[in-house]
Formats: sequence, C-alpha cells, structure tokens
Amino acid sequence: MHFEFNVEGGNFSKAGTASSQLKKILKQLNVDPRIVKRVVVALYEAEVNIVAHAFSGTIYIDIDTEKIEIKLVDEGPGIPDIELAMQQGYSTASPEVREMGFGAGMGLPNMKNNTDRLLVTSEVGKGTTVEMTTYLNS
Amino acid sequence: MKVKEIAEKLNLTVICGGNGLDNEVNGGYSSDLLSDVMGSAQAGNIWITLQTHKNVMAIASLKDLAAVILVKGFLPDADMEAQSNEENIPVLGTNDETFEVNGKLFNLLNGK
Ligand SMILES: Nc1ncnc2c1ncn2[C@@H]1O[C@H](COP(=O)(O)OP(=O)(O)O)[C@@H](O)[C@H]1O
Ligand SMILES: [Mg+2]
Repeated sequence: MHFEFNVEGGNFSKAGTASSQLKKILKQLNVDPRIVKRVVVALYEAEVNIVAHAFSGTIYIDIDTEKIEIKLVDEGPGIPDIELAMQQGYSTASPEVREMGFGAGMGLPNMKNNTDRLLVTSEVGKGTTVEMTTYLNS
Repeated sequence: MKVKEIAEKLNLTVICGGNGLDNEVNGGYSSDLLSDVMGSAQAGNIWITLQTHKNVMAIASLKDLAAVILVKGFLPDADMEAQSNEENIPVLGTNDETFEVNGKLFNLLNGK
C-alpha cells in the first residue's frame, strides 16, 4: 500500500495532518496499537520538522505485511551537521516557534526512539531526506 | 476516573469538547514542550499546559489523551476550540497555576 502527503513549510495549523491520516490507516489495518503509537510519534516529529525548518516537502509511506516505510523529502536549508542535530536539546528553531512549545530539540531523538531504523541525509542549501522503517512483528 | 468528575472536584471550567467528558483519565502529564508530551505522555493522560494553539489538540488526538487543562486563566485559540469539539477531547480551564493543579490532580487520582 502506498500513500503520499504534501507538507507546507511554515504552516503550523496543518502540522500533524499526515500523522493523523496514517494513524487511521494503521488502525483500520489492525496494526498492533503499540506500534501505531510509535509510528505516529515518529511521523509527527518528522512532519513538524518540515513545517518548522523547511520550505515544503512530500511524505511517501509504504506499508506491506512486514514493515512500514516512511520517507520524507523536503526542499529547505538542509542540515549542516546531522550528528549535532540528533543530539537531545539541539535546536535552531526561531523564538516564535519556541514560544509555541516547539523547538525543544527533542524531535530527532523522539524519531530515533520510536522507529527501528532512522536514516537522515541532507544537502545544505537543497534539502533533507528522512527515512524511517518500523517492523510490524518487532 | 472520568474527566467530568475531575472537572467537578477540581472546580475546572469546561471550555469546549464537552462531548468527551466521559473520557477515562489514568494519570496526568504536565509540560509546555510539545515534543516532550509527544515523547512521554501516555494514552488516557490529562495534559496540563499553558499552550493555547491548535497543535495542542493535534497532539492530544494523536496521543489519545483524555483532556487538556489550561492553567492560569489561559483560553484556547478559536481553532484549538474547534478541534477540541471535533475530536471530543475536552479543554478545561482554571485560574490555578500548574503547580497547584498538579498537586490537586495528583491527590485526587491517588485517592488522597
Ligand atoms: N527537515 C529539516 N530541515 C532543516 N533542518 C532540520 C530539519 N529537521 C531538523 N533540522 C535541524 O535539526 C535540529 C534538531 O531537530 P529536532 O530534534 O527535531 O528539534 P527541533 O525541531 O525542536 O529544533 C533543528 O533545530 C534544525 O536545525
Ligand atoms: Mg523538531
């Protein structure tokens, strides 16, 4: 099964739309609720990162009997030092974004903790790609 | 304990999402950092915060939270209120500060 969602940079009022859709889909597919919870946390954080840090992006989701694969491809500033970005508490979010309670620097750590495999690749000045895999019988 | 009973006992105003007053509460989580709630709140928790925008309801819904308590007299933005009603997740209000709400809710949920 394949799904795609577009994400608009800067539009916080729509943040979480794809996560909410995926949650519904996974529930309908009778996926273990514990797995649904983890995937939803990871996708929400990845989705919000496009909204908060990039210009626009597309989410590609593939589900088969073994795994859920999510790929988020954005056009944006990219991440110069991915290892640094992965550290808990590191954030370049603007003061406005922080005031809303985003920008705690916990998004990438949440994604890591809630997926079986996380791969972040990025080209500065071009964009970022996040790939997350969750196995259904883990 | 149901949201309704907590609202009554702690004297909280039901601001919106009244259709969810029968939601069952199994504990609380207090934070104004959205990723913290995303990472650590548990389904069935009541979320205590001063954030008043729509993303609060997006998270409450994604995490299957029972209700949201806004402290210090804060009121939800119009789009937060609308989503609370759509999702049947009540938003409750109080003039108390977070520390006071936490203490009262903790005692109530733990039968003290
Ligand atoms: N899609 C992205 N595009 C550009 N930068 C990003 C992206 N995702 C993450 N980052 C960078 O990594 C940092 C850490 O991300 P994260 O852990 O989610 O924390 P936060 O979003 O709260 O800042 C961000 O502040 C930003 O500098
Ligand atoms: Mg983030």
